[in-house]
Amino acid sequence: MTVTPQYSACPGCTAAPTPEMVAEAATDISAQLLLSLPGIHCGGCISAVERALMAQPGVRSARVNLTLKRASVEADDSITAEHLIDVLARVGYEAHELDAGSLSATETDKRGKALLMRLAVAGFAMMNVMLLSVAVWSGAAEATRDLFHWISGIIAIPAIAFSAQPFFRNAWSALRVRRLNMDVPISLAILLAAGMSIYETMQSGEHAYFDATLSLTFFLLAGRYLDHRTRSVARSAAEELAALEVPRALRENGETVDVSDLRVNDLVRVVPGARMPVDGVVTQGQSELDRSLLTGESAPVAASPETIVSAGEINLTGPLVVRVTAAGKDSSLHQMADLVALAETSRNRYTSLADKAARIYAPAVHLLSLAAFTGWFWFSGDLRLSMNIAVAVLIITCPCALGLAVPAVTTAASGRLFRSGMLIKSATALERLAEVDTVVFDKTGTLTTGQLTLNNLADHSEVNKKIALALAQGSGHPLAVSLALAAKKAGVEPAIIRNFTELPGYGVEARFGNQKVRLGRADWLEVEELASTATYLKVGDEPAVAFVFMDALREGARQCVLDLTAQGKDVILLSGDTSAAVADIAGRVDIDAWEANMLPADKAARIAVLTKTNRKVLMVGDGLNDTAALAAAHVSISPASALEAARVVSDMVLLGGSLVPVAKAVTIAKSATHRIKENFAIAALYNMVAIPVALIGLATPLAAALAMSGSSISVSLNALRLTKK
Amino acid sequence: MNVLVYLIPVSLILGGLGLVGFFWAIRGHQFDDPEGDSQRILTDDYDDAPKA
Repeated sequence: MTVTPQYSACPGCTAAPTPEMVAEAATDISAQLLLSLPGIHCGGCISAVERALMAQPGVRSARVNLTLKRASVEADDSITAEHLIDVLARVGYEAHELDAGSLSATETDKRGKALLMRLAVAGFAMMNVMLLSVAVWSGAAEATRDLFHWISGIIAIPAIAFSAQPFFRNAWSALRVRRLNMDVPISLAILLAAGMSIYETMQSGEHAYFDATLSLTFFLLAGRYLDHRTRSVARSAAEELAALEVPRALRENGETVDVSDLRVNDLVRVVPGARMPVDGVVTQGQSELDRSLLTGESAPVAASPETIVSAGEINLTGPLVVRVTAAGKDSSLHQMADLVALAETSRNRYTSLADKAARIYAPAVHLLSLAAFTGWFWFSGDLRLSMNIAVAVLIITCPCALGLAVPAVTTAASGRLFRSGMLIKSATALERLAEVDTVVFDKTGTLTTGQLTLNNLADHSEVNKKIALALAQGSGHPLAVSLALAAKKAGVEPAIIRNFTELPGYGVEARFGNQKVRLGRADWLEVEELASTATYLKVGDEPAVAFVFMDALREGARQCVLDLTAQGKDVILLSGDTSAAVADIAGRVDIDAWEANMLPADKAARIAVLTKTNRKVLMVGDGLNDTAALAAAHVSISPASALEAARVVSDMVLLGGSLVPVAKAVTIAKSATHRIKENFAIAALYNMVAIPVALIGLATPLAAALAMSGSSISVSLNALRLTKK
Repeated sequence: MNVLVYLIPVSLILGGLGLVGFFWAIRGHQFDDPEGDSQRILTDDYDDAPKA
């Protein structure tokens, strides 16, 4: 979430949505359901989904958008999203409800359309004027030339007035606060060239720059549109992730309400598998909580009345009733986000390459043009001639190539990263990623999937395995589910048990023959708890045995660490989990430097220390305990499964399950930054040739047109080289 | 050279028609789902009669 600074040359300043725009867009959404369909990919999917949806009574219309992988459904009030998700699951499509409120801004992306229309007008006018100019260049003289100039002017003036508005507006807003940005020389060049051309036409002069003015507008608008599109793709996908978490809660009486409607002391019911919507205190029920997203601990924690819970924790076994102590803006989740916002501002001060170029460029162009004017006026005393040369200098130095150099490369790079499952949210993220020399990983949920798998099934006797499977089958607890899965995979048959009961928060018990058998927490079975995550089985009076679980590695975790080490980066693992668990994972992915038992503040402090020693840190993390560290790092990545707070502070989001794209992203970022610098070099080279020509008064409109198109095309081609590899 | 009196307006009007057509297409949400539209042409749905 970076705010583009005003002085920036980056075209994105026109692309960022203003609050008014968002509000405006929010009003025109009709009452309809939005579903995210991550699995659709072809025409067959479209018709299957639409047919299945239309077959439901009460559905008035259903339309799939394959580009956004979304379906919008208009239906009667009686139809719920859950019902439609079931319908789609039956025909084999995964679907999720999307919160229409958080998506409205992209639904009607008016800004992109406006930019596209301006681009179309500029293109149309440019082609027509070019056509007329060819006649002038090839020798039309006297009355014919004047006529062509007049027609060109009649086409060009309204086209410029419409198409170049984004530049005028940006330049004006920069000038108002007494600053220069790239749009100031652009606007000045466009206005002066247009004004001078009208004057020349009226005086039936030889040179008019209508074609150059229009192609300047066209090329710069093209750069701006590219940039806008890259960002709107990233923005809509990021919004979609946020919209997947529909902010709803269940009141104690069963009524579903928006989380924003909850007040302190309200009672909410949290069913097993649901995420805590608020901070609160448990008043009823026994269960276990998964706190891994908040603290990084992989083992579940017991919850009973008087247990204090925080928003974001996941309830595992039994239903709980929670009395709200803080909701919405006051909840710990939001307070964490506020802390993060403070850390963020320091990162926003990062100056991108384009900004650096603009800071040198804008004053240089103005001075040069002024020098040309005064020099020629002093030398010749001819005001009209001096003015003409000054305008030629402005046009020829105008940053066509510079305006395209950055957006063309970032478009190509983000496109490549998006296809490999990486979403770039921040404009300067690529440049920052290219500078990284140290990579810090979080453990739970980042290097690992956060899902526990059984580790020591073979250590147990046959009969114990059978009893454990029979008990585990009856419970929805994640450890039990994982145990049952592993046992069935190993070909274990469940034992026959009677009188099965589940005690939420403790475990399950039943009778096997005439023995009482129990599977559950250590303290319930009164045995010593092991260091690693485990569930315990007690058969009759025999001593309890432990089933030990291990956190499964995320796909590509080891490969990613290997790739990063091969690139010469230092890889560090920081976790809030116990030493034993962290050492195990560090060993499995080959990370030598690891630290365990870290509090959220410790992680951020560790990164601050690294930054102080001039390290550029890339932080990869997913939990609430990582957010401060993510914000403090030079650049940050979080997986799509991360908590929203973590995704918001990250510069990039990993969409797929694998970690491999992280290492790839660093390589792409490096070559992208390289290309941007190359493009600047090409632009500078072209200016070094063209400026002297313009200064000695030899720049004809034809030379300007050729040079401008030549440099724009060469930087675009150079940017495209990135996608080929 | 008198032919220019016809040719220039004709070229402008033809180009302008294209521009108006493009505006119409943008306003009609025809660029909202380019991938989906390229796939829809391959399905048999509504081959006999257009969607009501």
